[in-house]
Amino acid sequence: MTNDNEIDTLNSLATRLRHARKSAESKAAGATVGSGVRQGLGFAMRIGVELVSALIVGVLIGLALDFWLGTNPWCLLVFFVLGSIAGIFNVYRTAAGLNQTVGYRTKLKSYSKCSVTREETEGKEDSG
Amino acid sequence: MAESAQSPLAQFEIKELMPISIGETSIAFTNSAAFMALSVLLITVFLVLGMRKSALVPGRWQSMAEISYEFVANLLVETVGNEGRKYFPFVFSLFMFILFGNMLGMIPYSFTFTSHIIVTFAMAIVVFVGVTILGFARHGRHFFSFFIPPGVSVVLWPLMIPIEIISYLSRPVSLGVRLFANLTAGHTMLKVFAGFVVSMGVIGGILPLAFVVALTGLELLIAFLQAYVFTILTCFYINDAIHLH
Repeated sequence: MTNDNEIDTLNSLATRLRHARKSAESKAAGATVGSGVRQGLGFAMRIGVELVSALIVGVLIGLALDFWLGTNPWCLLVFFVLGSIAGIFNVYRTAAGLNQTVGYRTKLKSYSKCSVTREETEGKEDSG
Repeated sequence: MAESAQSPLAQFEIKELMPISIGETSIAFTNSAAFMALSVLLITVFLVLGMRKSALVPGRWQSMAEISYEFVANLLVETVGNEGRKYFPFVFSLFMFILFGNMLGMIPYSFTFTSHIIVTFAMAIVVFVGVTILGFARHGRHFFSFFIPPGVSVVLWPLMIPIEIISYLSRPVSLGVRLFANLTAGHTMLKVFAGFVVSMGVIGGILPLAFVVALTGLELLIAFLQAYVFTILTCFYINDAIHLH
């Protein structure tokens, strides 16, 4: 009898362990990170700087190229525009939940996992 | 009364505590370095002494140490997945260092080393270079496919690739600038409002004093939040480098 009891407790422990592992895994697979307020605030902190930083990098690259190639001011003009586009892209990606500055692919995958339909995902790809 | 002592920016001044120099270069031990050393020391004390007993049922201190461990561990596993566990020591050190730096800065008369752009930018560059090396080590030349957005026709590649490269290079800039800007702005604002309390007298000073109290609360939140944002972005970047396809 005691043996049976022990086996029962072991079995229930095993199922509980399995459940815990599963929930941990599904949490890991989800695209959501952090919870509620913390996530929202962290998100808000990121947007503005994302926009400006790409612009700064673009302008710096432009100035450096001009300095080397002596093509004042053409590289600056071109890279200013490219930097602005990159900045707006960064913000768009952050806001669209793609959550990163470069590369759509991995996030799109976890996106489609999160019950976003395939058409929407493809629409996003096309617009990029 | 010295003019510099009243400036709200005087708190960011670097002071040499122990002048050392090699040749022409000065590598003096500054107040910034002192607070970095102090924060490393405090982190070590906090974690090592907190876990000294390692009781099965944790006490207050041990549970604080465990919460900080679990917070970062969950963050890493949620963003990167199980492969991310390897990078836990790095991410955890980064988080604790920034968090303690920010929190030490909230103590009056202390120095906030995270309010210097060279410090935050150095950390951002370490993350950036590390993640790039990681991406190259794991994917080799395939890493460059990162800069080509999927579903874009070849005609647009000359336009898209520079944009993606700028996007990629903007990472360390945004990472460093965000931390620096938030901390500097917050601390300057605190000092400015504290200055109003003195200059507006006993009755008029009540309102700015109330504001300073509220701002201190906000700054505590920001101190934590910026450490969190820096950490989670590091996790995202590690995730990008590992799960490149």
